[in-house]
Amino acid sequence: MSTRLASGGRLIDRTRTSPFTFNGHAMTGFAGDTLASALLANDQMLVGRSFKYHRPRGIVASGPEEPNALVGLGKGRFFEPNQRTTTTPLQDEATLTSQNHWPSLEADIGALNQILAPGLTAGFYYKTFIHPRPFWKHVFEPFIRQSAGLGKAPTEKDGDVYEHLYAHCDLLIVGGGVAGLQAALAAGISGARVLLIEQTGHWGGRVPVDGAQIDGQTADDWITATVAELESLSNVTLKRHTQGSGVYDHGYVLATELPPDHVAGSDSARARLWKIRAKQVLVATGAIERPLSFAGNDIPGVMLAGAVRDYVVNWAISPGARTVIVTNNDDAYRTALTLLDAGQEVPVIVDAREEAQSELIDQLRVRGVRILTGTAIAKVKGGKRVTGVALCAMNTGGSAVTEIIDCEAVAMSGGWSPAVHLFSHCGGKLYWDDARAMFRPDPARLPTGHDGQPFVRTAGAANGHFDTGAILHDAVAATQAALKLETAPIAPSQAQDPAEGPIAPIWVMPAQARYELRSKMWLDFQNDVKVSDVQLAAREGYESVEHTKRYTTLGMATDQGKLSNINGLAVLSQALDKPIPEVGTTTFRPPYTPVPMGAITGEARDAAFQPLRRTPIHAWHGTHGAHWEPVGHWRRPYCYLRDGESIDEAVHREVKNTRQALGFLDASTLGKIIVKGPDAGRFLDMLYTNMMSNLKPGKCRYGLMCTENGFLTDDGVVARIDDDTFLCHTTTGGADRIHAHMEDWLQCEWWDWKVYTANVTEQYAQIAVVGPNARKLLEKLGGMDVSNAALPFMGWIDGTLGGFAVRIYRISFSGELSFEVRVAANQGRALWDRMMELGLHLGGMPYGTEALHIMRAEKGFIMIGDETDGTVIPQDLGLGWAISKKKADYMGKRAQQRAHMVDPNRWQLVGLETLDGTVLPDGAYAVGAGDNVHGQRKMIGRVTSTYMSPTLGRGIAMGLVEHGPDRMGEVIQFATTSGTTIDTRIVSPVFYDPEGEKLNA
Amino acid sequence: MPDLLETPETTVKDLPPGGMILVRGSLADAGFSEALTSCGITVPDTRQIAPCVAGQVGWMSPDELLVFCDASASADLTARLDTALAGQHTLVQRVDDMRARFRIAGPGARVALAKLCPVDMARIAPGELRRTRLAQIPAAFWTENGTDFDLLCFRSVATYARDVLTQAARHTQGIVLP
Repeated sequence: MSTRLASGGRLIDRTRTSPFTFNGHAMTGFAGDTLASALLANDQMLVGRSFKYHRPRGIVASGPEEPNALVGLGKGRFFEPNQRTTTTPLQDEATLTSQNHWPSLEADIGALNQILAPGLTAGFYYKTFIHPRPFWKHVFEPFIRQSAGLGKAPTEKDGDVYEHLYAHCDLLIVGGGVAGLQAALAAGISGARVLLIEQTGHWGGRVPVDGAQIDGQTADDWITATVAELESLSNVTLKRHTQGSGVYDHGYVLATELPPDHVAGSDSARARLWKIRAKQVLVATGAIERPLSFAGNDIPGVMLAGAVRDYVVNWAISPGARTVIVTNNDDAYRTALTLLDAGQEVPVIVDAREEAQSELIDQLRVRGVRILTGTAIAKVKGGKRVTGVALCAMNTGGSAVTEIIDCEAVAMSGGWSPAVHLFSHCGGKLYWDDARAMFRPDPARLPTGHDGQPFVRTAGAANGHFDTGAILHDAVAATQAALKLETAPIAPSQAQDPAEGPIAPIWVMPAQARYELRSKMWLDFQNDVKVSDVQLAAREGYESVEHTKRYTTLGMATDQGKLSNINGLAVLSQALDKPIPEVGTTTFRPPYTPVPMGAITGEARDAAFQPLRRTPIHAWHGTHGAHWEPVGHWRRPYCYLRDGESIDEAVHREVKNTRQALGFLDASTLGKIIVKGPDAGRFLDMLYTNMMSNLKPGKCRYGLMCTENGFLTDDGVVARIDDDTFLCHTTTGGADRIHAHMEDWLQCEWWDWKVYTANVTEQYAQIAVVGPNARKLLEKLGGMDVSNAALPFMGWIDGTLGGFAVRIYRISFSGELSFEVRVAANQGRALWDRMMELGLHLGGMPYGTEALHIMRAEKGFIMIGDETDGTVIPQDLGLGWAISKKKADYMGKRAQQRAHMVDPNRWQLVGLETLDGTVLPDGAYAVGAGDNVHGQRKMIGRVTSTYMSPTLGRGIAMGLVEHGPDRMGEVIQFATTSGTTIDTRIVSPVFYDPEGEKLNA
Repeated sequence: MPDLLETPETTVKDLPPGGMILVRGSLADAGFSEALTSCGITVPDTRQIAPCVAGQVGWMSPDELLVFCDASASADLTARLDTALAGQHTLVQRVDDMRARFRIAGPGARVALAKLCPVDMARIAPGELRRTRLAQIPAAFWTENGTDFDLLCFRSVATYARDVLTQAARHTQGIVLP
């Protein structure tokens, strides 16, 4: 059983206990515990079930590489699945729930899958569920989704807040072990702006556990002194609980901070995503120990040897009273020393190597520990926890068990792999160091930045140095290289570790293990991938490591194969009989470990999810029944609902009232761009299809804008202010886009034209006053002559209206007598209020965007985005009158002369009236005779706008129809989704007041 | 105007935007700068904001300035600029109403802005006018005393700016920028 030792534990505070629950059972830990150490202190060795076979699983590691010990943490609004117990600090009253089992952790029915295991090998799903085809979607997938999967998704909205933080530095050092600290000191003394981040709450990494002496001090003393020195440097920032998540181009690095003192539901961030711009990045992320592949290596109680040391030294946890060590290298002997020092029993050290001779090993021999070389674990005994190991000779198939040893835990070490993930994210390449059996960063192929120079380097264990003295030396050298310093800013601290013997590359134990054993050797604990699965993939022809990964799912779980990658590809290389470097690695991609969704979201949630643009009159709409419609980032009233009214009723009321009396529209969202300069007219002649340069000051003209490819992109009224100045109105959604379009052409193409633009959309509020009583309303406000003589249609005047400085445009998008009154934005609401007040006696009421749309459709006016969709040219819409024949050029002119654009068979705009007066479905297609080449019914047109016209009391529509204008009066059929067709007559698109008499009413 | 948020470290408040005049022209042109000088304005250095007789003037782009003055003075100053620049290819436009203005003050102000703006906040010095992004909207800010910041954004998104600024400023304690 795992227990808390009576003394020791460098990271725990025994005076402060923390109660917590695991699956409802009350347990206690100490301040400073991780969830994992607290669970082990309570002998909770079984912490979850595996993904596929529901095998009992325990804690394997002590850091971010942990594959098994993931729990659901918290409750309700503060629940989060897949929390890694080995890296999560224990908090008071924490609620832990184990994952992936039913009905309970102890008795899981899914474990029956183990019995079926021979049939559940690599590619099982691909092979089994492929026929019959429809079964995948409707039967197999829902069933598999039900049984597979790790944590449960939260059911409530996250109750915490999250944030981003932008930071800049000369040198970012990722990892606060001795390499990171030494590098930070060197860089700090050189004067560089340094940010050092460390994923845990403690400096120094694993050196204090491994027991090195640095500069004649204990590792802990050296760390304390170095941190103190770093804290005294104002150009160095130290940040714990912050993990480097990803390295991207241009020195952009994401780091995830999880403040340990966070109180759930408080206004401080639960997680903070750092967005760092670093001139140079130094990756000092240490190394990750590899498991060994022997049968039963996944049984709770089998742990990484380094992790066992961590638990003993850092948290005073013994994984068991008797621990067998199994290794292919010297480092695991440190674990034996640590266990012995803690008073625990090490019955045997199983060393796969034929020879075991070194200074470190001698220390164990001296203490009388039994060391069996050339030996392997044939099989681990036990179910929900280890009860013993069966040993055999290494170079056998494992059938001849030489000895059975009772034990409570197994500490395994397959050697260490540099944690090169961040180095690799941005293109750093690795090489295989055969003698030391590991992939190492290739100093000749570092990730390079915009200038072709390296911007990411590794130092210390991440660079393949495991000796403390070498690590310190490497850290200073890497800093010097990163900062391009002539000389080293400091001399590295000195350390000397005991000499170690060479590692033996052992990938399967025993070497000729028979199938029965290989099918119980786990490579990927989280995704349940075994040695036999990778070998099967190789036999089935999967040669590429990337394909094998996807076929077997090796390394594709939430731990991204931190423990399984190297072992998996080594097994593959053996199966393919190719050297490891030829097999290669899979690609490391960010993030290093999963980043909370909330941290990625940052502030962008609830009201701040997306910026909402508001006009100066927005608040009034909100208190007067506005039913909102999103238009770009604006919210505009679709209609104003009165008590008991439906949306349709409100829209119809607004249309009728505007046509019969007086309507008001908040048109502030329309784009307003000033274009000024001696070349302004020439510029607008190029941008619009029609002529603008001959417009007289005081006059307005409707214009169309096309893209270079000839397609209609925006429209609006242009007013000429003076000889040099125009004001261009754009659509609501087009303001920013068209302004950028103008600047693009002025800055990049016509840079020598004398034109300045200014987007003044937000400087003004604009109110459309529309209907037979519109002039009366303006006269009531008073102060300006708005008679037909003083202000004719398509004219504008400046003046003071009812005390407001305004510009009035006499323009109409509804066919009614209409004025658009522009006022400074700060006066917008006051003018609107005054109009509402005076309008009461004239039948005035506001109308929304739907009434606007209906009224323009009744007049046959097109709407950008309805009649246009990026494939429509003005000629399709009967707008030939707005295309100047006189101009030598305009944007889109050449494109509109191409064969496809002048094709007489292009669909053309017409009005559409159903014979029965109903409303055509939006987007419906007109069907013609016969089938097309795909065997589909031929289409001869489509609906672009369709409404119930309150004015005419029947459905009206516009649409694009093949040869439409030539087929006036003809009846064609529009198809519905239910398979029927609707008889529809082609008519003029101008349904209402075709003579335009209302404009001057 | 009342504070939108006040913590021991940071306050956020609305400010009256005051008068603003957009001036586009060839900033390097001698005639242009002479005309501006006659209105009490010296063309500031790239990305700087500098005092002028009427208030302040900010560098917005290689051919654009933004003049800050009292709201009551902007109509008159706009007319004077128009007159002084007559005959030159320029664009002068009064834009008093186009923007909203906030003050983020106190020792936590830099951290609050660093949560929202991709800017090296630790290095922003008095006199720099920084045009940038505030979360999802365009914004500009500067500091006169090195501690308190004035921030401008377009008026239509003032509510959004208020929301994200108060959220970011609520908790700045203990956050250290490199």
